[in-house]
Amino acid sequence: MIALLKLFLTFLKIGAFSFGGGYAVLSLIQQEVIENNGWISPEDFIDVVAIAEMTPGPIAVNSSTFVGFKVGALAGSAVATLGVVLMPIAITLLVTIYYNKFKHLDQVTWVIRGIRPAVLGLIGAACIKIGKVSIVDYKGIIIALLIFTGVYKLKINPIIAILISGVLGVIFYGVL
Amino acid sequence: MLFDIFLTFFKIGSFTIGGGYAMLPIIQKEVVDNKKWLGEEEFLDSIAVTNSLPGPLAINCATFVGYRTAGLKGAISAALGAVMPSFLIILAIAMFFTAIRENPIVEHVFAGIRPAVAALIAFAMVKLTKSMGVNFVNISVSVSVLLLILLLDFHPIVTIVICGVLGFFLLRKETKV
Repeated sequence: MIALLKLFLTFLKIGAFSFGGGYAVLSLIQQEVIENNGWISPEDFIDVVAIAEMTPGPIAVNSSTFVGFKVGALAGSAVATLGVVLMPIAITLLVTIYYNKFKHLDQVTWVIRGIRPAVLGLIGAACIKIGKVSIVDYKGIIIALLIFTGVYKLKINPIIAILISGVLGVIFYGVL
Repeated sequence: MLFDIFLTFFKIGSFTIGGGYAMLPIIQKEVVDNKKWLGEEEFLDSIAVTNSLPGPLAINCATFVGYRTAGLKGAISAALGAVMPSFLIILAIAMFFTAIRENPIVEHVFAGIRPAVAALIAFAMVKLTKSMGVNFVNISVSVSVLLLILLLDFHPIVTIVICGVLGFFLLRKETKV
């Protein structure tokens, strides 16, 4: 029970500060779930991100459901998912109800404009932390470079890119 | 009506892979063109507002549309509908994944996928940098946040709060002058 409450409160906190889309939230989840609570290993977390990327739905929600399941099975996944969406829904509701007042509220705009460039730093931190864990040898460097070139230059769809990287994994780590 | 809202967002949630922005045209088609719950302009307005709030864009947008269509109950139906598909799918995968995790081929597959995840996030960063624009403020703030987290072990939430507070005071000053 205490574990579920802790899970809920942790994801409530993550949800309340999930500015700037899924990738920016990754650095919050890393901090809370891996570093502070040790609920999953860094490797497992990266697998979750890959799965979240390939399935419908926001990355923040998908990874919360997955981490919740690891910690507390069905109840855990329900609690974590509810936790991560509750504050965004509540805040959006308030803003929608007081829409006309909110629209002209300069104070809120200032805060949000301040946070915007931070999002880039948050994603950068998540990327470097994930890179350190996921790229363990020269094969990893080759795969990362190939995939980056694929999505950046050849405009390959990210889901296709992940499938390709899975095949590369079997070739590099299984066959070679 | 509530069930219709739930179902519509359930459908939207089931078929949208690739994050909030990929969802927008689909939400627009369903909500504006098919159901006529919102006008075009109202919809675009809602994106502008919900986009800057914390939380996944799709869920915030669902909450906004649901409230405008049928009040509080509408908002809850819409948000629930948008969340439910990803919850169910990940739940199924999580159960299945634990069973196949130790398989050596699965391990090789994920050994290949992990570096790709880093590459995809790097790509997202490049795209975001381009769309935000390379200027002194953006670069210095984002690099500072990065260094605070990586080198000084700052909690990411603390960096968000610092930037929000700085934004408030610096932009307020700017507006007064």
